[in-house]
Amino acid sequence: MQFTTHNYKRMNDPLVIAGKSFQSRLFLGTGKFGNHQEMEAAIVASGSELVTMALKRIDFNDKEEDDILRYLNHDHINLLPNTSGARTADEAIFAARLAREALQTNWLKLEIHPDPRYLMPDAIETLKAAEQLVKEGFVVLPYIHADPVLCKRLEAVGVAAVMPLGAPIGSNKGLRTLDFLEIIIEQSNVPVVVDAGIGAPSHAAAALEMGADAVLVNTAIAVAQDSVQMATAFKIAVEAGRMAYNAKLGAVQQRAVASSPLTEFLMVNGE
Amino acid sequence: MFDHIFNQHSWHDVQSSIYSKTAGEVELALRKSKRDIEDFKALISPAAAPYLEQMAQLSAALTQKRFGKTVQLYVPLYLSNECQNICTYCGFSYDNKIKRKTLSSFEILQEAEYLKQQGFEHVLLVTGEANKTVGLDYFQKAIRLLRPHFRNISIEVQPLDANEYAALTQEGLHAVLVYQETYNKEHYKDYHPKGKKSNFDYRLETPDRLGTANIHKIGLGVLMGLEDWRTDNFFTALHLSYLEKQYWQTRYSISFPRLRPAEGLIEPKVVINDRELTQLICAWRIFREELELSISTRESQSFRDNIIRLGITSMSAGSATNPGGYVTEPESLEQFCIDDNRSPAVVAAMIKEQGYTPVWKDWTAFS
Repeated sequence: MQFTTHNYKRMNDPLVIAGKSFQSRLFLGTGKFGNHQEMEAAIVASGSELVTMALKRIDFNDKEEDDILRYLNHDHINLLPNTSGARTADEAIFAARLAREALQTNWLKLEIHPDPRYLMPDAIETLKAAEQLVKEGFVVLPYIHADPVLCKRLEAVGVAAVMPLGAPIGSNKGLRTLDFLEIIIEQSNVPVVVDAGIGAPSHAAAALEMGADAVLVNTAIAVAQDSVQMATAFKIAVEAGRMAYNAKLGAVQQRAVASSPLTEFLMVNGE
Repeated sequence: MFDHIFNQHSWHDVQSSIYSKTAGEVELALRKSKRDIEDFKALISPAAAPYLEQMAQLSAALTQKRFGKTVQLYVPLYLSNECQNICTYCGFSYDNKIKRKTLSSFEILQEAEYLKQQGFEHVLLVTGEANKTVGLDYFQKAIRLLRPHFRNISIEVQPLDANEYAALTQEGLHAVLVYQETYNKEHYKDYHPKGKKSNFDYRLETPDRLGTANIHKIGLGVLMGLEDWRTDNFFTALHLSYLEKQYWQTRYSISFPRLRPAEGLIEPKVVINDRELTQLICAWRIFREELELSISTRESQSFRDNIIRLGITSMSAGSATNPGGYVTEPESLEQFCIDDNRSPAVVAAMIKEQGYTPVWKDWTAFS
């Protein structure tokens, strides 16, 4: 079955991060796939132009078939190395420098999760590292809790976007932090990318509908039985969500609106 | 320290509580989204045996969600079989009158070069316990030698003091595996009649010392074949639950060594069969979806091939269990006979055939 043909005309509605334009608002992770070919096929199907990979997984000595970078070598795909495995700001800064040198990019997904169980990001270390890395010329995209104040603090030190979590990473639970994401989106001067927890295309669509600028998805695609088809489903969902956002959704009513019980007394006879 | 919690549990009471778990408790454990230690008891109990397929399905799904379709590969590098302990199940036991061997720096590098050629980036250094010749200095030297060649270095050696662990962490040590062998304190002495290892409490407190030293990863486990495996695994889970809260920045892994034939040794007192071992592995996964679960070449080819999908996330391949076993002295005394003799390349090909990615490297030191 083909899912890629659309009858609508694609709007020119690029996402701009640090001066760089993206047509796709879907970012992908490269972990958890059964093999590199499957990963490549899913990424291509998703239309994603920004993919993140853990520095700790890349073997720079490996020039053979197992070299993950070979499979990401497409003109439209930009690499976003991440610092997964770092437990402190110092470790993350070290990893960032290593990534910049090895991959020739100053883009960085800053991840500091000292808790190996739930991979909860460390707000204090992340802010500290972000400040330093921005000074060193990195384009920093920090993975953080859906904490509106932290987002403003990160914005103030010069991050290029914020990446609040929707739910614990890898949980597929969807937008559990909805109320806080709404505040973040409302207040942010930098793009908001919902990262972690997005387990279904409907979650991604919901994030874009509410005004998130993009989403990052990994587990839901990589672990799907048919990851290429799932990647396509996410592509469509993200586009739909964004279109709906641009088209302005109607307000949600919690219950039917009754006549005017509180203002009835203002009405004059016969009105 | 864990001994406070440990001492509140009697082996006998725990054992009878596991054996009196009911089908209803198993079903409840399977339905929950977070499981506690009582649920774990139910999952490892005889009452869970009829639910094996259901457990396997759940375990497979949880593992894929967390780890994706990947299996990490590592290899043991035996450095020494000198040992001052008598352990009734181990080929390196002091009373085993065989020639002892400790690798020199040159020999360590020889072995390392061979393992690098096989593709390994994660290496586990193993020794007996001979504190004078194979102590902190020796380990420091070995890690310094190997660090340029491997991305991830773990050790499985005698328990050390906290400051010694801290010193090795400084050298770039990533993980320490320390198995209690059995949590049955009464019978522990029977298996470890002589040597430093006969001190049950010092061994029991080792993960605390590791946590204090802020090591990245601690590996736990018991040797199955000594005492009732269900009760021993309950205590392992109890130990883990304590450590998780205490040392929350540490990663944990669980191994499932079954007693293997070795030179001059006891027969297993209790046997855990393949079906029970599968139940145990699935129970661990359902209990804690983020745990690294590891299986060695002690197990057979067919068991290893099939267990990957069910929850195992890390395995060794092409192992030799004797010092110098790869290149320098292939005929030296081995710790135990391995079962799966396939080369790392063949094991990696098998993993790929199942639609999984063999992961040779999953670590870079960020300092």
